[in-house]
Amino acid sequence: MINRRIRSLKNRTFVWVCRGVTAAMISVLFILLYHVGQEGIGWLDKQFLDSFPSRFPEKAGIKSALWGSVWLIGMTATFSIPLGVATAVYLEEYAPRKIWVRAIEINIGNLAGMPSILYGLLGLAIFVRFMGLEDSLWSGSLTLSLLALPVIVIASQGALRAVPREIREGAYALGARRWQVVFGHVLPCALPGIMTGVILALSRSMGETAPLIMIGALSYVAFLPETPSDPFTALPVQIFNWAARPQANFHGLAAAGILVLLALLLTLNASAVFIREKLQRYKP
Amino acid sequence: MIGWMRRILPCLLMVLVALSASAEANPLKGTVKVDGSSTVFPITEAVAEEFGHERQFNRVRVTVAVSGTGGGFKKFGVGETDINDASRRIKTKEIDTARKNHIRYMELPVAYDGLSVVLNKKNDWVDYLTVAELKKIWEPESSVKTWKDIRPSWPDKKIRLYGPGTDSGTFDYFTEVINGKSQRSRADFTKSEDDNVLVKGVAGGLYSLGYFGYAYYVENQDKLRAAPIKQGDKKPVLPTLETINTGAYAPLSRPIFIYVNMKSAKRPEVKEFIRFYLKNASQLSKEVGYIPLPDAMYQESLEKFNADSLKVARK
Repeated sequence: MINRRIRSLKNRTFVWVCRGVTAAMISVLFILLYHVGQEGIGWLDKQFLDSFPSRFPEKAGIKSALWGSVWLIGMTATFSIPLGVATAVYLEEYAPRKIWVRAIEINIGNLAGMPSILYGLLGLAIFVRFMGLEDSLWSGSLTLSLLALPVIVIASQGALRAVPREIREGAYALGARRWQVVFGHVLPCALPGIMTGVILALSRSMGETAPLIMIGALSYVAFLPETPSDPFTALPVQIFNWAARPQANFHGLAAAGILVLLALLLTLNASAVFIREKLQRYKP
Repeated sequence: MIGWMRRILPCLLMVLVALSASAEANPLKGTVKVDGSSTVFPITEAVAEEFGHERQFNRVRVTVAVSGTGGGFKKFGVGETDINDASRRIKTKEIDTARKNHIRYMELPVAYDGLSVVLNKKNDWVDYLTVAELKKIWEPESSVKTWKDIRPSWPDKKIRLYGPGTDSGTFDYFTEVINGKSQRSRADFTKSEDDNVLVKGVAGGLYSLGYFGYAYYVENQDKLRAAPIKQGDKKPVLPTLETINTGAYAPLSRPIFIYVNMKSAKRPEVKEFIRFYLKNASQLSKEVGYIPLPDAMYQESLEKFNADSLKVARK
């Protein structure tokens, strides 16, 4: 009887600890959001979204940074998603379970934890200098793709691994070839997990400043990129620049920029969730 | 085949005519690439902004990046950029790189900055600091731990020091004029590349002392006070627009520069940008919190630049 009461007490305590931790995390997030929102909301208007940077805070806007970030997201997604998913498919479905495959997987895991400035150095050496892409969107998005790739590979591998064996066996039983099994059944089934990884990876790359500054992303641009070879600036770079100014009004602009970045990420995530729901064939 | 040519040729001609007409209306195009110091950035940004508002120049693309003075000179020295923003003079090593790559350049001062030594607003014991006292505080292996160590009548409280990171031109300049050699400094102080962090640090502690650019002091006068600086037998001087402009605020007034690649200056868009810069730097530097040079200096730079760019053009 006592034993039972203790177990019930343990049970309830655990639930309350979990609730407490969740509440603490969420309140930290909300305090952050509240601070940024309070400082930035007054600066956030149509003029702000539709103007180039200026030395007058009232006239300054994030047009070039916003569109630079949109270009970056698009190009980074184009490079990193196919490469990342293909790598995961190979490692999970085709590669022999040998020691070198394990070694590669461990290395990819390590890459995911590398400080982002190192990717900036790599991008500077390979894309900017060696390939001569200079400070273009090519360099920026390729560098961010390097940053996103490990996360996409690891998440996709996890998703592929979680596909029930019955699905593969069922397909094989009906005489499907290996690629038919992979593309027709395993990949669609793993899609929600893959999308989650992709969202995480792209969101992280969009918030990165250090690697972009390293490869020479600009701080002042008063034109929009028209081709991938054009120079660019991005939201985090512009935010960083404003936050470092001495005048308090620029700090308000930085906060407004953060709100725009958050809205952009939210849109990105929402559309990914939408696509995921649309494409999902195997509902659990 | 002939019929096809007949149809396409007038179209081509029209396109050509249209292109040349638009070229006439907007004679100047091209890109001006600027990189370098974050200290000079606000001025260059302001100039680029105004330059872009001019009708005849609004097709020119001016891009400004911020890699720091040293990082910028690395790119400038191999000819990747046209102009480098610099919060200190070019170093011997950087001159060598430029020479090796056959980069001819011109140094143009664009404004003054007054490094301000700042104290908490409530600090009421410091009447002034001498250059020797600053050295005593900031030199390597400094014995100053409390305010009392600087002057015996000051409080016996631990002094908290704040300064810019070792990569910044501000650190280079301050250590050079105070400690005698660039980069020579005590290491046990709170460093930040972001001057706003230093402002917060000094504003938050009564026994704090820090140094950074004038603009950050002026914007935070409600939270900070500047220490008047006494050099030799002269009177202590506070950093103000006037004392920095006249050079009375010594030795912590410093000029800040742009460096122009003279090969780039052959290109009309770069030449026009530099001319525009020198003509407007006085007004614009004031607007973004710096102290303009005497007008004669801008005029002199402009003449020097014009003469040199003509010389290059004739070659």
